[in-house]
Amino acid sequence: MARILAIETSCDETAVAIVAEGKLLSNQVASQIDIHARFGGVVPEIASRQHLLTLNPLIRKALASCQLGWPDIDALAVTNGPGLVGALLVGVSTAKALAWALNKPLLAVNHMAGHIYANMLAGPVEFPLVCLVVSGGHTELIYMERDMEFTTLGQTRDDAAGEAFDKIARFMGLPYPGGPVLDKLAYQGSPVLEFPRTMLEEGSLDFSFSGLKTAVMNHVHNCRQKDLPLNTADIAASFQRAVVDVLVEKTAMAIERTKPASLLMAGGVAANSHLRRGMKELAQEKGLSFRVPPPALCTDNAAMIGAAAWPLYKAGRKAPSSLNALPNLGLS
Amino acid sequence: MKFRSASPVETQELARCLGELAPPGTLLVLDGPLGAGKTSFAQGLAKGLGIEGVVNSPTFTLVKEYCGRLPLFHFDLYRLEEAEELWELGFEEYLRAGGVCALEWGERAIKLLPPEYMHIHLDYDGENQRIIHILPVGEKHSLLAKELKRHVNTGN
Repeated sequence: MARILAIETSCDETAVAIVAEGKLLSNQVASQIDIHARFGGVVPEIASRQHLLTLNPLIRKALASCQLGWPDIDALAVTNGPGLVGALLVGVSTAKALAWALNKPLLAVNHMAGHIYANMLAGPVEFPLVCLVVSGGHTELIYMERDMEFTTLGQTRDDAAGEAFDKIARFMGLPYPGGPVLDKLAYQGSPVLEFPRTMLEEGSLDFSFSGLKTAVMNHVHNCRQKDLPLNTADIAASFQRAVVDVLVEKTAMAIERTKPASLLMAGGVAANSHLRRGMKELAQEKGLSFRVPPPALCTDNAAMIGAAAWPLYKAGRKAPSSLNALPNLGLS
Repeated sequence: MKFRSASPVETQELARCLGELAPPGTLLVLDGPLGAGKTSFAQGLAKGLGIEGVVNSPTFTLVKEYCGRLPLFHFDLYRLEEAEELWELGFEEYLRAGGVCALEWGERAIKLLPPEYMHIHLDYDGENQRIIHILPVGEKHSLLAKELKRHVNTGN
C-alpha cells in the first residue's frame, strides 16, 4: 500500500498528513489559535520561522500517530504554490530534502488542487465536475473534465468571499475568527436589509464582493450617524444571504454551461452552514451528486495535499529535485 | 493635492494616469478606511502599467506580483500586526526591483519607509463620493505628482 507523507505550509498553517492510496491515516495541523487570541485578531504567520519551528516535530507526530517509520513512506508530497513564497519554501525545502535522503519520489501539488481533492478523501467522484473553491484568498469556479485537469471558469475580480466575511466581521467588532462567528450570528437575524448582489456583465462567471462590503459599511455608518440601533444579527444575515446568493447563482450558471456529473465545493468558506445548504439544494435541483469536505478538511490542511498527490503518484508524475516555490502558481 | 472621485471607475482613471507616468522605483502608500477604494486604485494603476488580467485583493496573500511595462508589487498590510513583519515579506528586495510598489494600509509601516514615496489617502465623502489626497514625499515623487496634476488637468 503506497503511503504518501504530505506537507502544506503555503500560508498561515503548518500541516502534515499521511495518506495511503487516497485514504487518510493521519492529519496534523499546527493551530495558531493561541497566537491569534493573544493579539485579539488576525495574525498572519508570515514568519517562515514559525513553519520552521513547527514542521519537524509535526512530521514526527504524524508518523508516530499511525505507528509508522520512514521505511513505510513511499513518496513525499508538498504544496509548491500558490501562497507566500517564504512560507512555501519551508515546506518545499523540507520535502525535497526528505525525498533525496530517503530516495523516494517527490510530488508537487497545487494548493487549490488540494482543496478540491479534499473531497476525494471520501471516495471517488464522478467526472466531469464543477467545484466552487471559496476561501480567504480565493473565490473560483473550476471545471474538471477528468483527474488533475483544471479549467478556471471564473474568479474574483476584487475581494475573495472569505475576505469579505473577515473584513465585515472585524468592522462590526465581532471576535476572531470572523467567518464562523458571522455564520452563527446570522441565525439570530433575518435577511431584511437590501444589500447588492454584484453579477457583473451578462454571462460572466467572475465574482465581485467589494461593492457588497462597501454597502454594508455604508449601512453601518448611516445607522451610527443617525443614532439608529445597529442590528448586527440582521446585518450578518443579510450580508451572508447576499454572498450565498451570488455564489449559488454563479455556480448554477457554471452548471448550465458545462453540464457536469457532480458538484463539489471546497475551501475555508465551504464550512459555512448557509452556503453548504444553498449548494446542496442547487445540486438536488440540478440532479447532481454533491460533495463538500467536513469542516476540518475545508480549511488549510495537508490531508488534501496527500489526496491530490495520489493521482500524481499513480501516473508517475514526479517533481524534479530542482522544484521551486511558485507564489503565483495557477491551476489551469 | 486633492482629487474628487464620484465612482470606482473615476478612482481607477486617476490611478491609471499615475500608472502611465510612474518611473521605476515608485513607492505608493495607499490608505483610507475599508471600502474607500484602495484596491480599485491599485487596479487602475495596473491598467496604467499595461498589466492585463485580473488584479484582485492581496489581503490574504499579503503581496501579489504582476508583469507590465514595469512590474507591480501589490502589498496589503491589513493583516500585519507589526510593521516590522514587512521585512519578512522581502520588502527591501521589492523596493530595489525597479518596479512600482503599492502598499494598501501602508500607513501602518510609514516609519519604516525610505524617504521617497507618495502618500495617497482615500476617504469617504458621502456614500459614493471619495476624496483622494495625494502627498508626495521627496523630490522624485514630487515630480511625479506634478506630472499627474498636469495630465489630469489637461484631460490626458
